[in-house]
Amino acid sequence: MAESMTGKFEVVGHNERRVDGTALVTGKPVFVDDAPPPPRMLHLALLTSPHAHARIRAIDTSRAEALDGVALVLTHENTPTTRYTTAGQGYPEPSPHDARMFDTKVRFVGDRVAAVAADSVALAREAATLIEVDYEVLEPVLSIDAALGDGAPVVHDQGCDDAWDAEHNIAAYSEAVAGDVETALAAAEVTVDVTVETHYGQHVPIEPHAARAELDPHGRLVITSSTQVPFHARRIVASVLDLPVHRIRVIKPRLGGGFGVKQEVLIEDLVALTTLRTGRPSSLVYTREQELVSARTRHPMRVRVRLGADRDGTLTAIDLDVLSNTGAYGTHSLTVMSNAGSKTLPLYNTAPDVRFVGRALYTNLPVGGAYRGYGATQGQFGMEVAIDQLAERLGMDALELRTRNHIRTGGTSPIFKELGEGREGVEQVITSCELPRCIEVGAERIGWAEKRGARRRDGSWVHGIGMSIHMQGSGIPMIDMGAASIKLNDDGSVNLAIGATDLGTGSDTVLGQIAAEVLGIPLEKVLVISSDTDLTPFDVGAYASSTTYVSGTAVQRAAEDVAGQIRAVAAAILRVDPSELTLGHERAATEDGRSVSLAEVALRSLYGVDQHQIAATASAVLDTSPPPFLASFAEVAVDVETGAIRIVDWVTAADCGTAIHPRLAEGQVEGALANGIGYALTEDLAIDATGRARATDLGRYKIAGTLDLPRLQTILVDSYEPTGPMGAKSIAEIGINAPMPCIANAVYDATGVLLTETPFTAERVWRALQAAGVR
Amino acid sequence: MRIEVELNGGPLAIEADPGETLLEVLRRTGSVSVKDGCSRGDCGSCAVLLDGQAVTACMLFAVQADGHRITTTEGLADGEGLHPVQRALLDAGGVQCGFCTPGVMMAALDLLDRDPDPSEHDIRVALAGNLCRCTGYVKIVDGVRDAAALLREGDDG
Repeated sequence: MAESMTGKFEVVGHNERRVDGTALVTGKPVFVDDAPPPPRMLHLALLTSPHAHARIRAIDTSRAEALDGVALVLTHENTPTTRYTTAGQGYPEPSPHDARMFDTKVRFVGDRVAAVAADSVALAREAATLIEVDYEVLEPVLSIDAALGDGAPVVHDQGCDDAWDAEHNIAAYSEAVAGDVETALAAAEVTVDVTVETHYGQHVPIEPHAARAELDPHGRLVITSSTQVPFHARRIVASVLDLPVHRIRVIKPRLGGGFGVKQEVLIEDLVALTTLRTGRPSSLVYTREQELVSARTRHPMRVRVRLGADRDGTLTAIDLDVLSNTGAYGTHSLTVMSNAGSKTLPLYNTAPDVRFVGRALYTNLPVGGAYRGYGATQGQFGMEVAIDQLAERLGMDALELRTRNHIRTGGTSPIFKELGEGREGVEQVITSCELPRCIEVGAERIGWAEKRGARRRDGSWVHGIGMSIHMQGSGIPMIDMGAASIKLNDDGSVNLAIGATDLGTGSDTVLGQIAAEVLGIPLEKVLVISSDTDLTPFDVGAYASSTTYVSGTAVQRAAEDVAGQIRAVAAAILRVDPSELTLGHERAATEDGRSVSLAEVALRSLYGVDQHQIAATASAVLDTSPPPFLASFAEVAVDVETGAIRIVDWVTAADCGTAIHPRLAEGQVEGALANGIGYALTEDLAIDATGRARATDLGRYKIAGTLDLPRLQTILVDSYEPTGPMGAKSIAEIGINAPMPCIANAVYDATGVLLTETPFTAERVWRALQAAGVR
Repeated sequence: MRIEVELNGGPLAIEADPGETLLEVLRRTGSVSVKDGCSRGDCGSCAVLLDGQAVTACMLFAVQADGHRITTTEGLADGEGLHPVQRALLDAGGVQCGFCTPGVMMAALDLLDRDPDPSEHDIRVALAGNLCRCTGYVKIVDGVRDAAALLREGDDG
């Protein structure tokens, strides 16, 4: 629940019904694959690699092509050779351009080999099995240690100029240094040195990737895609297929979840090329196995954290060393890895000596990509576990240690400038931080003081309690851009056109609320159209927790411009100065109660005197990225006989500035936690010794269901971010960072056993308990 | 093969291949609220009511539905008025991306038909076969609880 809302807003801060809600609950055809298939539509099926590392000596597609109803087979022999990155990032993408549509070499089990377009899905799949591939199987690189080894096979032996050192399998490298961390660690009164290692997880949007292409009557290519980044998708597809950008239109309809995996341009190129080659509409929907294995994953990381502190519990040094496994391609390799530092280190800004070193390594394993949390999840796992270990060494309460060292309003960190997104960052001073309040209310609700260290035992189940604190960002400063256009209609309603991409979070509603608030109209008078490269202004898309803050600022600016134009017309009608007018209840009114409706204003401007369209477009690129903050508290029970972990209670208090739509904001926290809890406990691609994922369906890749979670408790604390639209900052990603450290700290509290390797499956926990002699 | 079903209160005759699933046939004939999230019975997105009981349509051959009564989300709203379960899920915040929502509503209706006043645990058991990646389930459970209350008050939309 939200703490008392300030009550200063009419629409913002209220749980408005979503603008797309009725369409969603009535099952209208709003997702990519719901639209009635156009006549003669082709269906694509993919042939993917059975080998982790192999060269294609020869490929014979004749039997597939001979099948009646097969229109096209795409392979490396008949597709563009342009090297690109599937990472849907801003131009120029800070990821190595190491991929080809279809390559002569396959680099992981699940890599693209060929695509077949046929009259039906079944036929396309059958044809794909008829393609004969002669592979020269190569020695695979199946771990980060193997990637670093002398004489290791080279994953990208074709050369890649913008990888850090492709010859040594290093996709990306970054470092940031403030002070002298080694000297500070040597001088520290107390130190800890903790290494954690995370595993392969997948986003599992319930809607798998889907895309359709068709030619419009003018010969333009229209791609409808489940993408988080329609504008980047248009640019990247244009570049890969060597088409002018203006020939392509990308539309994102409703999206069935993304979580980062749809920030990749994974299938749009295939439907686009199929439609261009055949002139027929085409469609591709990933199977669940392809979604799990061939799409993108969370980069597994080995994170070493060394902390130095004074006896009184003041941090003096932090050293963070990250080895990231980017898999077969370097998508987001630099930026996710850097984020493990840039979203972790500033949280504890009392330490003057800080260092971050990160390397991202190529392997012949599934491909890392953007995933909610974006490296902060892995970095903060290491940090928050290390903080608890330091607290124990100091004989100090872990809550107290955090309170002594976390960043506060007015605080800064050298890391903000030293470690940016693929380039130097931007200095930041924290302008809102209600973390002390988050810690206070969370601790009280969970019963921290009574339960911590109590080790209540119930048969073979031992209870423990853990906490962790977190930060994220609100967009990428001086890089992310959002834009919005608003025009006034004759009845006083407005069209709000935004490039921003609602991936299921409800951002169309949130952005509509901001416009409605400024214009003094109800949300139902804001007609939101989003994510269409022909009809809406540019936006980088849905990632980096940018939409509410960056796109929301653009909406606020456009709405303020329109509000000024409305006041000017209203002032002419009422014969007053525009500055005397305020907007509200669909009217422009003077203080003494004279008013005119927005419909009258619109009618006059469109049909009456001095005719013109009241409209405005505004952009936002911000030099600030205020972090949201969050404190999570978990009570877990560990079965010392089986190693099973049960989540007993979970309390989270978050500071997201103004919650534009509190219920949606809470839902972001709860959804992120559920996703993170699943990842921490049960989700695992289970990659075998040959590099093949064994968890290729949702039976074996176990995400959290209703019975795996307690009723997650969420508190949004009162907060106001002065730089944000209506005081808002982000909320969508931060919660996913909590489960790994929170659970590990709780298990340690219960058993004294430190879990450093994920996921915390019963087997792994049982082995750790046995090794430590815990019964 | 020709099959005849009662779909959302009306008769429907369809030609179905012997190997086609009920999911494929329903989507092909326009009931696209029925979603394909995994094609193998794990996610619950394709749940429909078969004679009032929630089943995953991807796990049934279409021919197995011959002669039965099928309800999908398309059959819930009465004109402009939302069904209580639709309204309650929406207002409780139980809809984020909305992809799992139709299946969730089918499981909820199955439960509420058997038990008009379920506990939170009962609701969680009934929805155990419906995977949602967005919400963390808190607000879905609240929505089903609110729907139960609306239905008990005799609100039929």
